[in-house]
Amino acid sequence: MTRIERGTLGALGVLGFLAVVEVAGRTGLIPGSVLPPISQVLAVAATLPLDERFRSDVLATLEACLSGLAIAALIAVPAGLLLGSVPFLERSVRPLVEFLRPIPSVSLIPLAMFLFPASQDAKTALVVYTCSWPLLINTLYGLGDVDPLAKDTLRSFGFGPLAVMWRVSLPSAAPFIATGARIAVSVTLIVAVSVELLAPGDGGIGAFQSLAGSANRIDRMLAATVWAGLIGLAANLLFTAAERRLFHWHRERTGVTA
Amino acid sequence: MSTGAVRREETGTTRDGGGAVVVRRTSARRLVWYWLLPVAVLAWELAARSGQAAYFPPPSRIVVRMYEMWFSGPPTRAFLTDEAVADLLPSLARLFAGWAMACAAGVLAGVALGRSVRLSALVEPLLHFARSVPPAALVPVFLALFKIGTPMELASIVYGVVWPVLINSMDGARHVDRQYIETGAVYRLGRLQRLTRIILPAAAPKIFAGLRLSVSLALIMMIISELVGSSEGIGHRMLEAQSQFDIPAMWAGIVLLGLLGIVLNTAFLAVERTVLSWHRSARS
Repeated sequence: MTRIERGTLGALGVLGFLAVVEVAGRTGLIPGSVLPPISQVLAVAATLPLDERFRSDVLATLEACLSGLAIAALIAVPAGLLLGSVPFLERSVRPLVEFLRPIPSVSLIPLAMFLFPASQDAKTALVVYTCSWPLLINTLYGLGDVDPLAKDTLRSFGFGPLAVMWRVSLPSAAPFIATGARIAVSVTLIVAVSVELLAPGDGGIGAFQSLAGSANRIDRMLAATVWAGLIGLAANLLFTAAERRLFHWHRERTGVTA
Repeated sequence: MSTGAVRREETGTTRDGGGAVVVRRTSARRLVWYWLLPVAVLAWELAARSGQAAYFPPPSRIVVRMYEMWFSGPPTRAFLTDEAVADLLPSLARLFAGWAMACAAGVLAGVALGRSVRLSALVEPLLHFARSVPPAALVPVFLALFKIGTPMELASIVYGVVWPVLINSMDGARHVDRQYIETGAVYRLGRLQRLTRIILPAAAPKIFAGLRLSVSLALIMMIISELVGSSEGIGHRMLEAQSQFDIPAMWAGIVLLGLLGIVLNTAFLAVERTVLSWHRSARS
């Protein structure tokens, strides 16, 4: 199937879905008192970017996600490098990591709300916690995958351990770290929106939704959901594209084509 | 057992999706490396006792609170208290029901889509959008739709879990080795046999990669839905503890959910290893 055929079919699928939902809404199959028709939701979604409040809410969510991810990278990657290069540390810390990692980050929301009275800080802190684990674990995996020959070569040319780490270990672990970041990003949005739903104080997409909900404006709530989906989609595409561009050499080496 | 073998195994598991570590053969020598766990707990205990950190009660108090709250019941009820039955059972029932529903739907739809090029082209843009919607942003919508209660929580869990399962199943069913299918044709297998004997087994490793991701997502969605809109369950109990400033009870919830996460992950990995043992042996 050519690209054009795929694209046409995909567009048809989207249009067909919208048509079916719209008809279901108009004929009362989906009761209009509960869910507004999809055309109305999309119309509201189209006007939301003009809404000053909504824009600042989206920015609040994105800010928490991005700063959380950045802080997590600054903590987890160096920690991973340290653990990866000191076997004693790694073997001792790994069981602790395996115990802490399965704790669902959202179960810490009540605790974070105590520790950080400002909801924006609570959000960022939970995002840091959430992102740290996949970044740390993937850094460790990546370091385990480093070609020993490359390390030995550099060593025999007289490079010190830090130089070897900077020139060989980190670059070859980088694709794995990027994968960790991509996994982290999708959960990041879940965590941020959940905190906003529970503590809407400092704004955010979830805060916007809970406000719309208490005003019984389901159309605005769903329109925000549509935007959350678009943001998630954009983030995913961005990270996948960046991974492809930056690490095409890695895919070629390992022969992964997908 | 050489460490090289362990390492290869671990990187092997990350490649196909998740990131869980397969811990095999817990020998006494491995147990020695758990020394940091008791040390960390002890350090926390001592620091909390001397520092009076209000939000970090010593672990001993958390354990006592857990025992009082949930596990000091009569032996006839497996030591569960009334509170435990009221908190844990609804949560667990919803978790498993939602997870099972989402997995069944995800695998069915995924395999069907993976075997049909046209069908998958038709729904792919929709799928990618739907799975990008953070499920938390749908929880208020489900809350408005179903009001507080089990249907809303089930819907949240199912929506959160179904996409990784569906996408991975689709991927697995799509990339079945052509030789297998052709061999099946030579043996004149019917449609059903081709599905159960060739496509499902060939897609199984990918399907399991999706299921593995779904276990922790189901737990996350269970907690979110209970925190946002529920009148019972572990999440609700934690929120109640938070509002009553009962910090040890809140921590009891965190510990319980962490244990649940560990148990579910370990159990799932055990099942996966059993089911996919043929795959492992065929590859090596």
